[in-house]
Amino acid sequence: MLRDSDRIFTNLYGFHDWRLAGARSRGDWDGTKEILAKGRDWIIDEMKNSGLRGRGGAGFPTGVKWSFMPKTEGPRPHYLVINADEGEPGTCKDREMMRFDPHKLIEGALIASFAIGAHAAYIYIRGEFVREAEHLNIAIDEARAAGLLGPNACGSGWDCEVYVHRGAGAYICGEESALIESLEGKKGQPRLKPPFPAGVGLYGCPTTVNNVESIAVAPTILRRGAAWFSGLGKANNTGTKVFCISGHVNNPCNVEEEMGIPLKELIEKHAGGVRGGWDNLLAIIPGGSSVPMLTKSQCEEVTMDFDALRAMRSGLGTAAVMVMDKSTDLVRAIHRLSRFYWHESCGQCTPCREGTGWMSRMMGRMVTGDAELSEIDLLEEISRQIEGHTICALGDAAAWPIQGLIRAFRPEMERRITERQAKTRAA
Amino acid sequence: MSDMNHEPASFAFTAETLEKAKAFIAKYPAGRQQSAVMPLLDLAQRQEGWVSRAAMEVIAEMLDMAPIRVEEVATFYTMYNRKPVGTFHVQVCTNLPCMLRGSDDVVAAAKEALGVDFGDMTADGKFTLSEVECLGACVNAPMMQINDDYYEDLDAASTKAVLEAFKRGETPKPGPQNGRQFSCPKGGATSLTELTFEGGKA
Repeated sequence: MLRDSDRIFTNLYGFHDWRLAGARSRGDWDGTKEILAKGRDWIIDEMKNSGLRGRGGAGFPTGVKWSFMPKTEGPRPHYLVINADEGEPGTCKDREMMRFDPHKLIEGALIASFAIGAHAAYIYIRGEFVREAEHLNIAIDEARAAGLLGPNACGSGWDCEVYVHRGAGAYICGEESALIESLEGKKGQPRLKPPFPAGVGLYGCPTTVNNVESIAVAPTILRRGAAWFSGLGKANNTGTKVFCISGHVNNPCNVEEEMGIPLKELIEKHAGGVRGGWDNLLAIIPGGSSVPMLTKSQCEEVTMDFDALRAMRSGLGTAAVMVMDKSTDLVRAIHRLSRFYWHESCGQCTPCREGTGWMSRMMGRMVTGDAELSEIDLLEEISRQIEGHTICALGDAAAWPIQGLIRAFRPEMERRITERQAKTRAA
Repeated sequence: MSDMNHEPASFAFTAETLEKAKAFIAKYPAGRQQSAVMPLLDLAQRQEGWVSRAAMEVIAEMLDMAPIRVEEVATFYTMYNRKPVGTFHVQVCTNLPCMLRGSDDVVAAAKEALGVDFGDMTADGKFTLSEVECLGACVNAPMMQINDDYYEDLDAASTKAVLEAFKRGETPKPGPQNGRQFSCPKGGATSLTELTFEGGKA
């Protein structure tokens, strides 16, 4: 188990003062000027060596992403955009970081901005997080007043401003190019890539978009060194990660743990175990609503990291672990997620706009068994026609939970249909 | 298209709100004032309770946008109300993590306490009840948002208690309603117990 001394988010539960004085007592803003003095190349190399993979779901190496930005600032300014549009069902980690450790994010924003040559960073926070946005704004004002942010931030000679921009209730804005569109004052509809944001991003300028957690861990990594971070976790899956454990466990919670912790250990150590005991487990969605579920036997062995979960045809995603015990109506559960993707489809691409509604309606009939057996294959077929045929990954995300259900629990779907058909015949 | 019966003939930001609007516009580079459309729609909604056509026209004028571009934004994002809502907007999450922890009970309790269905406003104009997608408080499920605050770790009884308190004109304490500390495990912390704050320091 991870030692407390290796935990980054020391105020995850809000037991302590989240404001500047409290943050400083926990080590934030310590030696920031010296870190910046080591220069852009050192910072990016150190981030690469730490092995940090983006914490927003895709797992792309953060240091490598920073290195894609132009080396020198041309006529177009550079921007850092922090994705705080946390809305993946099951995920509630960025919220705690922003309201109880806002200075980690603000300090990280300064360091990342410096590393990519940006003088302005925008934190795009989901609109419902009103109180969290208030904390961020207070933290920014405190940092500015203390000379840590603004002109000549931390006495580094680098000018840097951080702004908070509130969203207004659109899951799709968590997709980086939709987020950029939204930040420009438009509907949040994803852009075709390429060009990628590092070339053409916010206002057509070079832009890096990172998740809250990726930015908030950067200062601690740079203070303690890449070797410290890469010494935690597993090869290619290094460091610590905040996990969100929800659903049918005795004590749902957020917890920071080592990457690669066995799923069973994570649940039993921190969430008080599965409700009714481990043998009462039915299935787990291990990484937010967009990744396929794991069966109980898969859950016995799997470790919580990008590669191990990928090998099981699922994913770490946002590390949002949703536990479902044997009382769960799994078909209804996946139908609920299908309704969600239908509601959140931005409407730009036909396969997603039409397909998410089609899948949701079919899933609704699967809940009661009001379907033909052949429709299970049809449902799978529709999901395959959406997957990979849309501008952004929302289409894939809508398809995968259904594919996961069919793969693991097809007999249950068939049982409902045949039972209902038998009942209808009897009537 | 919204119901035109609600639409007022005109809209004007108050002097105080106008100052806030100017501060928002200043957050974006010169010539990029369109970026302020979301904060300005939010300000208009906070002033009037919802976003009227007249408000959108004023915002379009302020930001040098075509009115249709403002309307596109106002209708794309779910948080902008295009018709009046109650003084208290009660939004219950029914997405999977909340469903697994009993949001069906919360929904039933809220409907009973307020006497309205999803999408409806109480006759006295005090409450509007809405079903919403994931609000990002999943380890504190089930939960509901009332105006700017989250009420978490609910069951039927605490849902009713919170809503009855609002009816009496009180503002119950937001956050977990079962006495737990935010997202910490209910039984007590399993980490961060031996903190001496060396964790953040090199």
